[in-house]
Amino acid sequence: MIVIEDVHKSYGNQHILRACSATVSLGEVVVVCGPSGSGKSTLIKCINGLVPFERGTITVDGVSVSSPKTDLPALRSRIGMVFQSFELYPHMTALQNVSLAQIHVLKRSRAEADARSEKILARVGLGDKRDSRPSQLSGGQQQRVSIARALAMDPQAMLFDEPTSALDPEMINEVLEVMQELALEGMTMMVVTHEMGFAQRVADRVLFMDRGQIVEDTPKAQFFTAPVSERARQFLTNVLTH
Amino acid sequence: MNYRWDWSILFKDTYMGWLWSGLLWTVIISLASWAVALTVGLLAGTARSAPSRSARLLAGIYIDVFRNVPPLVQLFLWYFVLPEVVPDSFGLWLKRDLPYPEIVTAVVAIGLFAGSRVAEQVRAGIEAVGAPLMPAALATGLRPAQAFRLIVLPLGLRAIVGPLTSEFLITVKLSSLSLTIGVLELTAQSRHVENYTFQGFEAFTFATIGYLVIGLCVTGLMRFIDIRIGGAALRKTPA
Ligand SMILES: Nc1ncnc2c1ncn2[C@@H]1O[C@H](COP(=O)(O)OP(=O)(O)O)[C@@H](O)[C@H]1O
Ligand SMILES: [Mg+2]
Repeated sequence: MIVIEDVHKSYGNQHILRACSATVSLGEVVVVCGPSGSGKSTLIKCINGLVPFERGTITVDGVSVSSPKTDLPALRSRIGMVFQSFELYPHMTALQNVSLAQIHVLKRSRAEADARSEKILARVGLGDKRDSRPSQLSGGQQQRVSIARALAMDPQAMLFDEPTSALDPEMINEVLEVMQELALEGMTMMVVTHEMGFAQRVADRVLFMDRGQIVEDTPKAQFFTAPVSERARQFLTNVLTH
Repeated sequence: MNYRWDWSILFKDTYMGWLWSGLLWTVIISLASWAVALTVGLLAGTARSAPSRSARLLAGIYIDVFRNVPPLVQLFLWYFVLPEVVPDSFGLWLKRDLPYPEIVTAVVAIGLFAGSRVAEQVRAGIEAVGAPLMPAALATGLRPAQAFRLIVLPLGLRAIVGPLTSEFLITVKLSSLSLTIGVLELTAQSRHVENYTFQGFEAFTFATIGYLVIGLCVTGLMRFIDIRIGGAALRKTPA
């Protein structure tokens, strides 16, 4: 579904991603972790072309992200993305947030889009919040609206960039539960997170990044019991003991 | 001080006529130059974040030139210099056939000056408030132009209603510059009344109250707009 091959990216003379390769197959859940600044966000934003890269290829469902012939907006509309800081449109209600791209990208009628949005909002547990603005919602609720906004496009895959890092502890679970449900329904997901409990419950594989490289790409069971790299071992002891 | 107050001059037909006509022209010039300023400012401020390099450059030149030359100098350039430096036929048309030449010149000059300031506000609003949501909007599959029109620009504009109120108020006050090229607006008419009656304090009291009322109307209108589009609510948004 998502194939990343030998991707390099630099900002100025800073090499941010080095020779990154990975695959996410249909229905797979891949968790990406690693220390801050290791390039996780950059990598995940390369997948939908939000960040351009110099070398290598990324294909999504066989379509190359970096090819100039690719209709990038169309490709993005098939990949949902959820950001650390929610990134909801603050001047719109939850319903309008979820409906906007359906109307302007998928060309659904407003009524059709709103009906779909209501269903999805209900599914993430926010059926009663359709008319609330982001500022009237808690962080956890905002992040669920953001997930709904992505799901409303009927994506083939979902990308999450630290979806719970900006949340108060008591709100983390309500978001993880929604994500876990998605994973169980077979959604293809790439999730940057430090929630190792989530990884243990739903991940198929874990990627560990360090200084721009994917230093570990292992099945979940092995990652938690016998990680290959020393760096990952250290990281795990740090994360799990905190 | 042995100034003899005589409020009755304000109620004499002739002087009252002058003052009210001055007030009317002040309102007309203010509104018209604000319309010019908003239009030009929106275009130039938007062009500052356009993908096209030349559009950005052009808007940048306009903003730098018009913001940095004193508005009074600009007014004189438009009124006295422009007709002399353009081709003769156009210069003649400007001097002879342009209807209400002083008024039109004042509106253009003040409008373009204020427009350069509005453009900077628009640019700032887009950069600070609108543009950060661009990646999220693009990620949903919106095309860059759609994301700009549906999210970035509306958000940027909502954020700057406050600063725009100040620009509107400045524009109203700048309208008094037009007396230097012979427009009989409120300030000019007050001086006119003073010259005829030697009751300048009364005339300028009228002018002061006139400007005050216009200013309060502007503030009220902008506050109404702000509430209608939810700008005030946005600024309260916790990060
Ligand atoms: N727009 C940018 N310009 C310059 N450097 C950047 C930019 N975005 C990220 N970086 C740098 O790239 C490195 C990786 O960042 P990021 O992908 O956000 O890491 P992570 O998500 O793993 O914390 C960091 O050193 C960061 O400073
Ligand atoms: Mg990050």
